Amino acid sequence: MEKIPILKMGDFLLVTIQVDMHDRLAMALQDDLTRAISKTDARGVLIDISTLEIVDSFIGRMLSNIAAMSRVLDAETVVVGMQPAVAITLVELGLSLPGVRTALNVDAGMELLRASVNANKEMYGSRLH
Amino acid sequence: MSEIQANQKNGRLADVLGGHLEKILGEWMREMNSTTRRSDLIKESDLRAECSHFLHLVTQANQSDGTNFQSPGFDIVRDLLTEISRSRSQKGFKPSETATFVFSLKRPLFNEIQSQHKGDAESMAAEIWGLNELLDAMGLYTMEVFLKSREEIVRRQQEELLELSTPVVKLWDGILALPIIGTLDSARTQVVMESLLQAIVDTNSRVAIIDITGVPTVDTVVAQHLLKTVTAARLMGADCIISGVRPQIAQTIVHLGINLLDVTTKSTLAAAFSLALHRLGITFSRDTVKS
Repeated sequence: MEKIPILKMGDFLLVTIQVDMHDRLAMALQDDLTRAISKTDARGVLIDISTLEIVDSFIGRMLSNIAAMSRVLDAETVVVGMQPAVAITLVELGLSLPGVRTALNVDAGMELLRASVNANKEMYGSRLH
Repeated sequence: MSEIQANQKNGRLADVLGGHLEKILGEWMREMNSTTRRSDLIKESDLRAECSHFLHLVTQANQSDGTNFQSPGFDIVRDLLTEISRSRSQKGFKPSETATFVFSLKRPLFNEIQSQHKGDAESMAAEIWGLNELLDAMGLYTMEVFLKSREEIVRRQQEELLELSTPVVKLWDGILALPIIGTLDSARTQVVMESLLQAIVDTNSRVAIIDITGVPTVDTVVAQHLLKTVTAARLMGADCIISGVRPQIAQTIVHLGINLLDVTTKSTLAAAFSLALHRLGITFSRDTVKS
């Protein structure tokens, strides 16, 4: 069975979706990602969906679920590179993904993650030190 | 209509016109000039050539197919009428002026029939009725083509307007503006939304300003469309600012109970632009003016 790779990059996890998402794959990703977050103690998750061209309500809800689960595990989620057609579809489906942060590309997404992690450090002190 | 009668009718117009083609043509031209003189739109010589060509074709078709305008014999006449009607609608003739082209032929023809059937009222009436039907059919056909070509123009203009009305402007590196002018309906919003989102991807812009100074009224549907666009842009990772909210519109929005709390709104494009620069961390300072 195909799998979506989860890469660790410093404090963050990188997920690049490059295949058509079907429901089972989405469930597997949800599983793998939550496990990876708790294992690596990651502070942020970046999901790149720039090659994703088709979404349905299930995938939309999965994205928002992943964000919510990550937050429970104390990691920020940023979804980057959403295509216009995908954005329009999600809006028409009534899924505005309220808890999910978004960015135009991976660069902007990483910047956003770093900024929010730094802000957290300043506010609560670092977990690591 | 029995076959004998039909046969009798066939070729009658040719009889009527017979050697009098020039005379009828002259009378027809006079008739047209007295009712609808548009010498500014069409030259006398062109009109004469058109009329004479038309008479020839009608006589031809009449010889083969009588007065039945729908028959294949009248194809050439229909083509000519289509061409005439189309060109007139483009030149700016009024509908009545275009229809008169056919209808003004009635008087000269009926006059000719009258003079040929002196004393024979019955055959004259039958003759006139047959021709009358043919001319009416031709007149109505002219009107149909006229209206159809007008509708084509309107439709084309609508499409052009739709494309023209959604220019996405780049204000700064990373800042886009979309001035909306005119009423937003579903079809237009779709185009607006798509072109804005595509421009966000193409130019890698982090802030998009939607300026609604030119939108006359905002109702729930328009607000819904705006909110959708803002949400879609946010999903892609761009911030949206709505600017140009006029006092009346602000009042309407509140009275309608539309929730724009999640959207940044500014009263002018300038204010929105300055906020966008601030978000990108760009600052300006005024130089002291050197004298």
